[in-house]
This record gives sequence, C-alpha cells and structure tokens, in this order.
Amino acid sequence: MITSNRKPTVPDFMRPVAELESQVAELKRLAPKNDKVIENKINRFQDKLTKLQKEIFSSLTPLQRLNLVRQSERPTTLDYIPNILDEWIELHGDRGGADDPALVGGIGKIDGHSIVFIGHQRGRGTKENVARNFGMPAPGGYRKALRLMKHANRFGMPILTFIDTPGAWAGLKAEELGQGEAIAVNLREMFSFEVPIICTIIGEGGSGGALGIGIGDSIIMLEYAVYTVATPEACAAILWKNSKESLAAAEALKITSHDLKVMGIVDEILTEPIGGAQADHQSASKYLRKELIKQLNILLRLNKSELKIQRYEKFRKMGAFYEI
Amino acid sequence: MSLSNWPLKKEQSKAHNIKSTKQITIPDGLWVKCFDCGLLMYSKVLKRNLKVCPQCSYHFQASSNERIDQLIDQGSWEPMDVHLISTDPLGFKDQKLYSQRLKDTAFKTSLQDAVQTGVGTMLGQKVCLGIMDFRFMGGSMGSVVGEKLTRLLEKATQERLPAIILCASGGARMQEGMLSLMQMAKISSALEMHKKENLLYLSVLTSPTTGGVTASFAMLGDLIIAEPKALIAFAGRRVIEQTIKEDLPDNFQSSEYLFEHGFLDLIVPRTQLRSKLIQILHLHTNNN
Repeated sequence: MITSNRKPTVPDFMRPVAELESQVAELKRLAPKNDKVIENKINRFQDKLTKLQKEIFSSLTPLQRLNLVRQSERPTTLDYIPNILDEWIELHGDRGGADDPALVGGIGKIDGHSIVFIGHQRGRGTKENVARNFGMPAPGGYRKALRLMKHANRFGMPILTFIDTPGAWAGLKAEELGQGEAIAVNLREMFSFEVPIICTIIGEGGSGGALGIGIGDSIIMLEYAVYTVATPEACAAILWKNSKESLAAAEALKITSHDLKVMGIVDEILTEPIGGAQADHQSASKYLRKELIKQLNILLRLNKSELKIQRYEKFRKMGAFYEI
Repeated sequence: MSLSNWPLKKEQSKAHNIKSTKQITIPDGLWVKCFDCGLLMYSKVLKRNLKVCPQCSYHFQASSNERIDQLIDQGSWEPMDVHLISTDPLGFKDQKLYSQRLKDTAFKTSLQDAVQTGVGTMLGQKVCLGIMDFRFMGGSMGSVVGEKLTRLLEKATQERLPAIILCASGGARMQEGMLSLMQMAKISSALEMHKKENLLYLSVLTSPTTGGVTASFAMLGDLIIAEPKALIAFAGRRVIEQTIKEDLPDNFQSSEYLFEHGFLDLIVPRTQLRSKLIQILHLHTNNN
C-alpha cells in the first residue's frame, strides 16, 4: 500500500526490532545459498525477532499505542475499503456547499449485502495530510455523513463507519459553520435509523469528532487503536497544567481497547497482525472483513424495532454512579 | 536612638496606623463590583435584578438554586434523582484524586453534582427542567449529569411534557474518561425518543456552554435560546488561536456571533427569560 519510497519513521520502542530486522535481512543477503547450517541460524534469529516483537507489542503503554496508530503507514479508511468490499463507489458532497475530504463515504457491497460506508480519512505525508486536514472533519463532513446515512436508512442498507481522527476540526470556520450542531445532530439521528450500524475504531478515536460517526449496534476496536475523551496532550494541559504530563494522562484516561472493553464501551477487540495493522495491510483487512461480515449477519437477524431498542439500551447502560 | 533610625521608626508607626484603620471590616460579599462596567453595587440589589448588572446588563453567573427560584412557580418544584452521586470509575488522579475532588466540591457547593433536575410549573404549565451548575467542577458532564438528564427526558417523554435544559458547562468530565463522552450519546438518544413523540424541547445556553455539551443536547433544542454575551463554543478559543495562529473576531463564540450565523432562535436577557419561556410554552400548547 505504501506508494512512496520515503523511509517510514520508527517510534522509539520499535528501534530494537527495526535494528534486528535489518540485520537479519542483511544476513540473508550475505549467506551462501543452500547452506543448511547458516539457514538454520538465520531462522533462529527470525524466531527471536518475532518473539521480541510480540513481547514489545504486548506491553505497549497507552501513549505508545497512540503514537503507533498515528504512524503514517497505518492503513486508513480508503486503504481498507477496496480490500473489505467486493465493489464500491465513493460519493461526495454535503449538499450545503462543501465536500469534506477528511470524511469519506460511499456505497458498496460486502458478502452480498449492499452497505453504506463512512470514515475519517487521514493523509499520508505532509501534502496529502494538509489536503485531508489530518483527518479532522469540518461540520460539512459530518453533514455529508448524515446525508449518506439517511440514504442508507431509506434503502435499507446497513451502515459501516470507520473511526480514525484526532478530533473534529477546531478552527474559525468550523465554529462559524456549527461544528457542535453538526455532531449533535448526528448523535441524535444515528439513534433513529432502522438499519444495522457497525462502527470500527481503526486508529485514533478522538473525542466528539469520533463519536460523531460512532453510534452503533456493534462497536469494534482494533487491538492497538485508542479512543479518548480528550487527547492525552490536551488532558495533561488542562488537568495537570503541563502538557509534558501526557504519559500520566494517557495512563489515567483508560484509552486502550482492553480497558474500554471492560467498561462496556466497545464490544469486540479485533486482533491485529504482529507489528500492528501497518505491518501487514492485507491480513489486517482480511481480519476486519471477516469480523464485519460476522457482526452484520448477527445484526441482520434482528427486526427494525428490536435493533433500535437494543441500540438505545446499549448506550443507556453506559455510566457509573452510586444511587443512595 | 541615632538619627538614622528615625525614618525607620516613623515608617513603623505609619504601618501601625494603617493596620488600625483596616479593622473596620466589611463583610465579604456585601458589595459587588461589576466585572464589565465596574459599577459598585449592594449585593442584594444585584440579586434582586437576577444577577444582571443594572447599569450594563452584564450577566453574572447564577447558581442552579437561583435559577430554579427565577424560573419556576413558587412551591411547585419537585426535584428528581437527588441521590445520584458520582463514583470514580477509573481511579483517576491528576494533581488531586478525583474522589477527593468530588467530596471537596460537594462540600463547598452543597450540590451532589453539576446538574439539578426536576418537574415544576411555569405559570401553571408543567415542565421537566434540568439546570446545570457551573460551580460544580466547571459544570462538567460525567455519568451523573448524563444519567440525571436522561431520566429527566425519559420522564418528559413518558408523561408527554415539554423539556427545558439550561446549559452551563465546560464539556465532558475528563476524570471519567470515555464514560463521560458516552453521556453525549445517552442524552441524545433520550432526546430522539422525546422528539419522536413530537414533544417540545428547549435548550437555554448560558455562559459558558462548550465542548461535549455544545456537541450534544445544547444544540439539539427545537428552539435554542441564549443569554446575551454568553460564551458558546465547540473548541476553546485558545486552542483555535494556537492552531490557526491568526486573530479571531472580537465577538467570536459569543451568543451574538452564533445568532448572526443562524444557530440561535433568540437571545433573551435573564430578566425576561421566564416570561419568554412561558410565552413559547403557551404558543405550543395547542399542538400538544
């Protein structure tokens, strides 16, 4: 998927792995062909490498996960779509004067079902990221999403959403066009739809910007993805009055897939290939497609009113308080 | 005593003099100075004018208790869910433990959490009313705020009553992590049920209404009303200034700014809020 030959940036915790990886590759290149002894040794190195990788990934801190999913090599919505759907067309425009490139959507087919897909779209590299506004949708993006979801509801197509945003765009124009209103209306309307909605957090789920397309019957979260009420940086700046405390904030906020599953905010954690989805786009897409089809088949068994009641009940339960 | 000590002695006696005049103390909070025009007024005068400056009509922050007195017919207020108390689901600690912060704030404000809900009448018309209180941790929305407002709206739907929510909040309560974000969804779902029954929901935005509250029930009113010059925003001004590095218009994110851009129906001064709400409720009674 990576089209540019730009060297990928390696986060700190991946350095030992990257180093070993290049050494193994070098050895493979230098080793004489058909030498069983050397081949065995190289294989042993390879095993060690895999083990190390597994160890590192199983003990990632929340902040490391956040940095991992912010890597530009990580597959975006439009990387997944062609691999997950059998056929698809991207659709455009909010019918209010804009077509937000940070939030994409369209119709397609998965396993014989026509569906509508919607997702945040980050860019790769500076130029594309500027064009995509780093995956931060303007109000028009949320209104485009709403328009497509209404379309899905009319034609009885399930809705698949893919969440991957640092947050809704915070800018002068966004306020002027009513960012708050656009997200608020989506939250309410997503409870009115009579088709199944499956939301997948594929990377970073940033606050209200993520929730704006995040009301679903089934919420799937990729293993290393994070979902936050505020970015750890912002939270540290506000609560600790020091943005350098983001490590502590990331720990305290409970943003990892396992924490959120325990809290009942996500339903399924989807295993990623070793090294994260960015290491192997094909396998990551394959796992995701399989899970989406599974969830879709479960939800399609419910009738319209059962679906809506279940969705209401699901969110109704969220929250923790004493009643004395 | 040498001559050089003389000015020092004089200084000391002066200091002593000042101290003695200071002993005529004025009780705290008897006099209030307007933040905007600087008018010095007797606090009871301010209170009688619903905490609006009589000279420049600057709106001081009003507590939820004062709001209830200002809006609801005397003696008709029936509070709901007064026994809901926040827990600390994440064991959150920033500079202080969240659980301790909750206790301290509850003690200081004698509130249970950042919203009061209940049923009351306005000129005889029964309404479900929710009032946020900025004094309780910046009016932030945690699980208790979400649950109380959801129950309020469910009651309104069940009893076919109009609902009014007065917003005053800094947004989601970060100390409860994702659970606080999900309250936006929960309240919105209850509003969807209320809307489906063709019932009236009014949101009244007071200063400040920001973040997750703006991006959910504040902006979902069938009619949206704001107090003059209130701060209403999705993202904070500082965040925007930092990201775009350009000057923002003076009235940016004020009620008047939102009104200009079509997001508010009315800007109503607090002194007329009750009568305006009663009028709106009255105009809708034919259809309900």
